[in-house]
Amino acid sequence: MNVPNLKASNFKSDITPIWCPGCGDFHVLMSITKALAKLRRPPEDIAVVSGIGCSSRIPAYTNCYGFHGVHGRSLAVAAGLKVARPDLTVMAMSGDGDGFSIGGNHFLHACRRNVDMTYIVMDNRVYGMTKGQPSPTTESDWDSALSPGGTGLRAFHPLVIALASGANFVAREFSGNIKACTQTIVEAVNHPGFSFVEILSPCVTFRPDEKEWKNQVHEASVAETDDPARAARRIMTDDGMNTGILYRGPRKPYSASVSDEVGDVSALEQFFEI
Amino acid sequence: MTASLKPANSISFAIVGTGGAGAITAGSMLIEAAGKAGYYGLLTRSVGPQIRGGEAAALVRLSTKPAACMSKEFDILVAIDWKNADRFIGAMPVAEGGLVICGPAAGDPPRAIRETDCTIIECPIGELAKSVPGGRENMISAGLVAELIRMPLEEIRNVVSGKLASKGEKAVEASHGCLEIGAQTAAGFDHTCRLAAPEEGSNKRWLITGNEAVGLGALRGGVRFAAAYPITPATEVLEYLSPALASVGGALVQAEDELASINMIIGASFGGRPSITATSGPGLSLMMESLGLAAASETPIVVVDVMRVGPSTGVATKSEQSDLNIAVYGFHGDAPHVVVAPLSVSDCLFTGQWAVHMAETLQTPVIVLSDQSIGQARVLIDRPADITFMTRRKPFDADGEAYQRYAITADGVSPMSTPGQAGGQYTADGLTHTERGSPSSARSDQKEQLDKRHDKIARFNFGNHWGITEGDSARATVILTWGSLTGAAREAIDALQDEDIPVRLVSLRQISPFPEEPLKAALAGAKRLLVVEQSYSAQFYRHVRSYIDLPFEVRQLNREGPYEIGPDEIVTKIREWNYR
Repeated sequence: MNVPNLKASNFKSDITPIWCPGCGDFHVLMSITKALAKLRRPPEDIAVVSGIGCSSRIPAYTNCYGFHGVHGRSLAVAAGLKVARPDLTVMAMSGDGDGFSIGGNHFLHACRRNVDMTYIVMDNRVYGMTKGQPSPTTESDWDSALSPGGTGLRAFHPLVIALASGANFVAREFSGNIKACTQTIVEAVNHPGFSFVEILSPCVTFRPDEKEWKNQVHEASVAETDDPARAARRIMTDDGMNTGILYRGPRKPYSASVSDEVGDVSALEQFFEI
Repeated sequence: MTASLKPANSISFAIVGTGGAGAITAGSMLIEAAGKAGYYGLLTRSVGPQIRGGEAAALVRLSTKPAACMSKEFDILVAIDWKNADRFIGAMPVAEGGLVICGPAAGDPPRAIRETDCTIIECPIGELAKSVPGGRENMISAGLVAELIRMPLEEIRNVVSGKLASKGEKAVEASHGCLEIGAQTAAGFDHTCRLAAPEEGSNKRWLITGNEAVGLGALRGGVRFAAAYPITPATEVLEYLSPALASVGGALVQAEDELASINMIIGASFGGRPSITATSGPGLSLMMESLGLAAASETPIVVVDVMRVGPSTGVATKSEQSDLNIAVYGFHGDAPHVVVAPLSVSDCLFTGQWAVHMAETLQTPVIVLSDQSIGQARVLIDRPADITFMTRRKPFDADGEAYQRYAITADGVSPMSTPGQAGGQYTADGLTHTERGSPSSARSDQKEQLDKRHDKIARFNFGNHWGITEGDSARATVILTWGSLTGAAREAIDALQDEDIPVRLVSLRQISPFPEEPLKAALAGAKRLLVVEQSYSAQFYRHVRSYIDLPFEVRQLNREGPYEIGPDEIVTKIREWNYR
């Protein structure tokens, strides 16, 4: 059902976010509510699912149906919900720790499964809620109390992993570019199958260096592609700060779903009668 | 040679062969034929650790009364071959005076057989099969058994016709030929082991496993979504549900792990669809955190744990009752929930449906503690009665007031909106929250929400489903058990009755919340109490003791798997007591 004239404010709740002043997630919330208004679906037809972390606080800040679950499992909750209720618009929200570390396995399989939903990861390359530990996307030499001198581990590349695992829509945006973020989220939701949007969202508290991101990001000079190999080559060889839609694929979404029919369970008894 | 003349009310036989020889198919056909003839029975499989080429045995017990567990000893053992038999023959001892049939080419019987006072008949099973074009040894074996127990060959011929119809007429003919030859051969053995005639007016039988029954019960309860991660011995619940759900408009999703499967059902249930998953101990361990989420967010879900021997990987193919502790006490924080246990294969159907009813009504996780011994046993039962629960979530009605998902109510249950309902939006949360669902760290919210989640379960009417009690209260000796061991206890009590030792049976289906008052009432008048459970550390006994005193002379029969506690062991324990 399309509902005309919805505004971003129709999708905001009255709960005040607990984020630090200057956090990129404020902008992401703004982009999400603007995108939802553009999608012209009423808030009750939208479900926003998350795990644990700063970014995962988002559901309660929207006026949609929300599910704030345990650490790392937002994609599983979202997949179950979408299969059970194919009529809903389902979005999962995560951060780099929640989504790529504790929830890494679900990320791979969500891409493979290709359930029609949108996954937004606010990547700030740090665990913020626990006050500054390295995440899978943190640079290997980033110093912290937990891993002095850096982890020595190679940073995880979410977009390449998403492409290799079968995500049907892959994009990167910067939280400060609200207009571009909004448009990309709309495109991601409208594209069938599993859509993945990484949003670079600075943590000004534990990664003050990320305040520079606004000067470093730039729109990709190459147009999007439907060839995952080309998309992967491009994203592996650039500077990591380019934005825009990288890949839009033709895969059919996951097909199983629950219908509203009541179903005749008594017919199943024949199977056991001898 | 011995010949037992009196027809028996219960006969057990085993057909043993290399995996792929078809021993299990033969056993399945025989039990189905017996069901059509009006008998009860039970079939279990003993399959070795190798998936193919290892040993495989069909263990079958046929009886004139419902059979709850396998016999301790077998009256007939047909060995298509003895390959690897040494590894498992201890699990199927032949009764004294029993009959062992094996081919001369199969080699010497294992020592355990040679040392038993039984009749060994050499019978060229392989050659007999070769005498029929396309003939197979397992059908010769079925013919042998059918004749020995005097089961009408016509019944098994019909079953074979039905089962093999898709393989063509030749396959059916070959099998019929083998059955005939097997039966003719056995007729010349001078050894019978006749099964008594079935009781008159026998009801229509179902042939079903506990894993299938719990799945069907869940469907009856309204489940329309399942998430699945394979694990022995629970996989069949999920394999049953997959096509069954699809046929009623539901769906099953294969998940990447148990962390995903539990969260998928939480998501689907949040979406308004009653949801289930099934697993075993290792999977349940992985699910614990999210079970707590379901408790805190008040999302109805059912998790079936088909228990196996633990800890860790343990013995995946055998039974224990040792997940009671994790199911009841494994949650972090204080998270009231419901734990129930089916009392038999047949009861898996009721308990599965009841579990869904309670999950939906109470908006809470319900754990069903089934186990391998009933989950994977294929049993002939009377068609279970239809049960009607008024199952529905307390509905949300938009009335203009601001919706409070976790509102404090008289019964502790709050109205639950479903996505799509305008005005019902809320965020389900594992964080401590207000009545509205907003995150909160206030002392009052923590207390109020803990109270409400406690009260909704404490105030629920569990009816008379808490368990069973059999035998009048004048019987001062009581066996107290739970879940799957109910059948073994009942058979033990029947056997003791024949010795004029009257014993009362009390068995719990409701494990948590603990049915304190009904159990106290059921134990009234007891003097001696034997607590029976398949757990090394007596988890059930300790659970019971943490709620009620047992002011009786108490003894325990508790031990680990993989061998199931049987009626004989229970009888011995009671006899020792009585004759002291």
